[in-house]
Amino acid sequence: MAVISYREALRAAMRDELNRDKNVVIMGEEVAQFNGAYKVTEGLLKEFGPKRIVDTPISEAGFIGLGIGASMLGIRPVMELMFWSFSYVAFDQIVNNAGNIRYMSGGLINCPIVIRGPANGGTNVGATHSHTPEAILASHPGIKVVCPATPYDAKGLLKAAIRDNDPVYVMENTILYNDKGEVPDEDYIVPIGVADVKRVGTDLTIVAHGRAVITSLKAAEILEKDHGVSVEVVDLRSIRPLDEETILKSVRKTHRALLVEENKPFCGVDAQVAYLIQSKAFDELDAPVHRVSSIDAPQIYCKRMEDLQMPSVERVVAEALKVLA
Amino acid sequence: MTKEAKIALYTKMARIRHFEQRCIRIYQQGKIGGFLHLYVGQEAVAAGTISLLGKNDHLITGYRDHGHGLMVGMGMNECMAELTGKVTGCSQGKGGSMHYFAPDKNYWGGHGIVGGQAPLGTGLAYAVKYQGLKGSCLTFMGDGAVNQGAVHEAYNLASLWDLPVIFVVENNGYSMGTSQERSTAHPGCLAKRAEGYNMAWDVINGHDVYEVRAKTALALKRAHEESKPTVLEIFTYRYFGHSMADPDKTYRDKEEIKTYRDKKDPVLLFEQELLREKVLTPELSQTINDAAMAEADKAAIFADESPDPTLADITKHIYWEEDNRGPKTTSRGTIIFE
Ligand SMILES: Cc1ncc(C[n+]2csc(CCOP(=O)(O)OP(=O)(O)O)c2C)c(N)n1
Ligand SMILES: [Mg+2]
Repeated sequence: MAVISYREALRAAMRDELNRDKNVVIMGEEVAQFNGAYKVTEGLLKEFGPKRIVDTPISEAGFIGLGIGASMLGIRPVMELMFWSFSYVAFDQIVNNAGNIRYMSGGLINCPIVIRGPANGGTNVGATHSHTPEAILASHPGIKVVCPATPYDAKGLLKAAIRDNDPVYVMENTILYNDKGEVPDEDYIVPIGVADVKRVGTDLTIVAHGRAVITSLKAAEILEKDHGVSVEVVDLRSIRPLDEETILKSVRKTHRALLVEENKPFCGVDAQVAYLIQSKAFDELDAPVHRVSSIDAPQIYCKRMEDLQMPSVERVVAEALKVLA
Repeated sequence: MTKEAKIALYTKMARIRHFEQRCIRIYQQGKIGGFLHLYVGQEAVAAGTISLLGKNDHLITGYRDHGHGLMVGMGMNECMAELTGKVTGCSQGKGGSMHYFAPDKNYWGGHGIVGGQAPLGTGLAYAVKYQGLKGSCLTFMGDGAVNQGAVHEAYNLASLWDLPVIFVVENNGYSMGTSQERSTAHPGCLAKRAEGYNMAWDVINGHDVYEVRAKTALALKRAHEESKPTVLEIFTYRYFGHSMADPDKTYRDKEEIKTYRDKKDPVLLFEQELLREKVLTPELSQTINDAAMAEADKAAIFADESPDPTLADITKHIYWEEDNRGPKTTSRGTIIFE
C-alpha cells in the first residue's frame, strides 16, 4: 500500500476509471491544459488526450447540462467544479435535470453523471466561495452525495461514483488535498451509503463527515488523554444514501451522541441525523443529542474569525464534555 | 417525397390535431390535472422537422411536447394515459403532460423548465459525436426560452465544440401572455443571435411543412457532414391559450387568432396542397381524419380505464441502484425516509 495525498488519490481514481471505461470523460474549467485549478487532474491531459480530458468555458449551467445530456446516452462525464459554490449558477441542471429525469421518465432514462470539486470553508476566501451544499443537494431524492475525509475514502468513493448509474455529487475539501494516507494500488471501491467507524469507543459517539471527521478524531484523542473518555467517531462518508444502521448501532452502544459538521446549523445534515437518533434510538439516550457546526452567518472573510466560525478541536471537546456531564 | 410519404406525413399531422382536440374535452371533464399546453396550430413544425430524422438523430423539447411525441411514433394510448396520471402512461403517470419521454425512439423529453433542455440537447449531440456517429440532436424551444442564460451557454458550447445540434426556436409570437416585442431585444429575428456565436441560422415559414422540411434538411446536412450547429427560427402560431389555465383574453385579440386559423392553418394548407397534387382525394382525407378521431377516442377510453400508480410506485424510479438491487449493486444505506 502506498502513502499518497487526498489529491493524488482522487487523480488515481480518475485515471483507473479512464483506463477501465472509454466512456469516462473528465470535463471542467482548467482541468486539461492548466492541469486543474487545484492540480487534481494534473497530467491527465498528457496521458489521455483532449478527447477524454476537456477544458470548458466558464459556463457551469452549460457544461454541466451538456454532461447530463451526454450521460443519458451512455457517456460517463466526471465534471469538475472549481468550487461547489459555483454549482449555484447551474442549480437547475444539477437538481431539476439530473435529479428528476429518471423519475419523471418512469425509469426509462438514467443519468450516470459525477460532479466533483471542493465544498468547504476555512480558506479565507469569503462567503461566495465557501459554500457547503451537501445538505441542500441531499434533500433531493434522485441525487447521491458523498463527502470523503481521507485519501482512502476519496479514491474508493470517487471510483464508486463513476461506476454508479445515478447522479453522484462528490464534495471534496481543499484543506484535505495535501493530507496523506495509505491507499491500495489495486482496484477497490468504497460503497456509497456505508459509514465508517474511524475510531472505536464506548462513552460517546461523534458523528461527522468531511473535514469535521479529522477535527473530531483530534478532539477524541484529547478527550481520551485529558479526560479519560472513550469516544467513537462515525464518519458518514455518504450523506445520501445515509447509513442509518452504523449511526444507530454506535449510539446504542455509547448512549450519547455529538454531531459535528462544517455546515451552517440550520437544516444541516446533522438536523436529519439528530431526528434519526431521536426517532429510532430515543430510549437508548442518556443525554440530549448536541451539535457543533459553523456559526450561523455567511462565511466571514477575516481568517482569525473564520477559524472561530468553524468547528474547531476545542469547540468539539467542550461540547463533548457537555454531553458527557 | 413519395406519394406514400406525403400521405403518411399528413396522417401524422392530422393525428396530432385530433389527439389534442380530444385532450381539450378530457381536460374540461376534469380528468387532466396541472398544466396542459396544446400544440394546435404548430403541427407543421414537429412534423416537418422530425419526419427527416434518421437512426442517430435525437430530439428534446420543452413542455409543449405532445406533437413531438406522436411524431416519433409514441402511441396515443400511452400519451393520453400520461395526461390522466395513469400507470399505463409513457412515464407511468410520473411525468404528466410536460414530461413525455421515449428514449427508445430517440425522444429525450418533455422538459418543464423554460430553456433548461438546451444544454441537455447539446450534450446529446456531444455524445453522438463522441461515439463517432453521424447524427444530431434537434433541440426545440420557444421564443421566450431564447432569453434564458442556459440557452446562450448551450449556443456557445455547441459552436465552440462543433456539435451537431440544431436549435429549433418555435416562434409562436408569445411567451405566455408576453408578446415577443415585449420580451426580446431586437425582436425582428431571434435566429440572428446565432451570429454572436458564429453559428449558421435560418428562418422558416412554419405554416408550410414543405418549407420546414427543405430548410431543416440543410441544417441536418450541416450537422451530419460538418458536425456544425444551426439555429432555426420557425414562425408559427398557437390557437389556444398558453395552457388550458390561460383564459387568453388580455394579450391578443380574437381577430388575430381567426386570421391564422383561416389563412395559415398548417394542417389545412397541407391538405389543400395534397389535394391539388392529387396525392389526396377528399374521400381519403375523410378516412384519415375519421381514423385519427377514432384512435383518439379509443385512447381516451384507455386512459380512463387504466389504473393509477400505487402508493408503492411513488418511491420507484428514483435511483437505478434501488430499482436494480442484485449482486452487482454496490451502493447501500437508506435512501427513502418515511
Ligand atoms: C424557468 C421557468 N420560468 C418560467 C416558467 C413558466 N412558463 C412556462 S412556459 C412559459 C412561457 C414560455 O414561452 P415560449 O418559450 O415562447 O414557449 P411557448 O409556450 O410559446 O411554446 C413560462 C413563463 C417555467 N416553466 N420555467
Ligand atoms: Mg412562444
